[in-house]
Amino acid sequence: MHIMEGFLPPLHAAVWSAAALPFVIAGVRKAGRILREKPETRLLLGACGAFAFVLSALKLPSVTGSCSHPTGTGLGAVLFGPPIMTLIAAIVLLFQALLLAHGGLTTLGANLFAMGIIGPWVAWAAYRAGKAAGLSLPTTLFISATLGNLATYVTTALQLAIAFPDPVSGVTGSAGKFLAVFAVTQIPLAIVEGLLTVAVGNWLLRNSADELRQLANLRGHAGLENSCHVA
Amino acid sequence: MLRNNRFVLTLALLIVLLPFVLPGSKNGSFTGADDQAGKIVARLQPGYHPWVTAFWTPPSNEIASLLFALQAALGSGLIGYYAGLRRGRRQAKESQTNQDHARS
Repeated sequence: MHIMEGFLPPLHAAVWSAAALPFVIAGVRKAGRILREKPETRLLLGACGAFAFVLSALKLPSVTGSCSHPTGTGLGAVLFGPPIMTLIAAIVLLFQALLLAHGGLTTLGANLFAMGIIGPWVAWAAYRAGKAAGLSLPTTLFISATLGNLATYVTTALQLAIAFPDPVSGVTGSAGKFLAVFAVTQIPLAIVEGLLTVAVGNWLLRNSADELRQLANLRGHAGLENSCHVA
Repeated sequence: MLRNNRFVLTLALLIVLLPFVLPGSKNGSFTGADDQAGKIVARLQPGYHPWVTAFWTPPSNEIASLLFALQAALGSGLIGYYAGLRRGRRQAKESQTNQDHARS
């Protein structure tokens, strides 16, 4: 989902960066609040960040015959809220842009909007919807992480389509082309990310129930921990 | 089914391995989707040239994969530390409770 350095025209790069900035600030504030009020959860926070770090480094083969990578942002979005994942995704993307020439500084805003904002918020919304619909926790986590991952790649495809409309069929035409590369390749990988997130969720319920409870108190609503008695 | 981690992880592994056996995708080049998007841009707007290039690029594929491995290793290390710590704490707590039960 990384739009390469210089591959968005200056105006687009600037608009996406400006759009992403307030979310980053919100993420920094939220992280500060969590570390101040619930310092015991900081290790879990680190582990969620590490999960995104690992998954976004793994380029996996897809049935389309090309490679892409998961994002790992769904897990943290469900546990700590989307703003935290905006911050973590910003760190990951910066690392990759500076050291790996993967993505870029001019496209950082756009990439962050896809991976750190749309993805986590979609995952979070799907999680809330799944819980409201009474789905089991693993099923909800699976849907949430899978959709969050897919949403990230759809966003990237649309960002490129807006910047490079097809000379004949316009934005819709080029959206089709970019989606064919990004979204279709991503479907199996999104499912893999969903499954990995479920595995981590199962493990956390068994081993970290107290931390999950503290997180729920912090966020003031029912989260993962409500399902602890089921596990 | 999704509560069973052995099942969940095996399924994930099978999906990752699927492209190597599926006849349709077996002969794919397995290049990155990001680069393919670059090619589409070149086709849609042949005159477009990236207006900035990365100011540092890994000098070779080997160095690039070293850095990717480093990224994954750092993350895995932290996750492993967290997992071990949590599991140890839970087991310590459980054996504590068992002892208390035995005494009373």
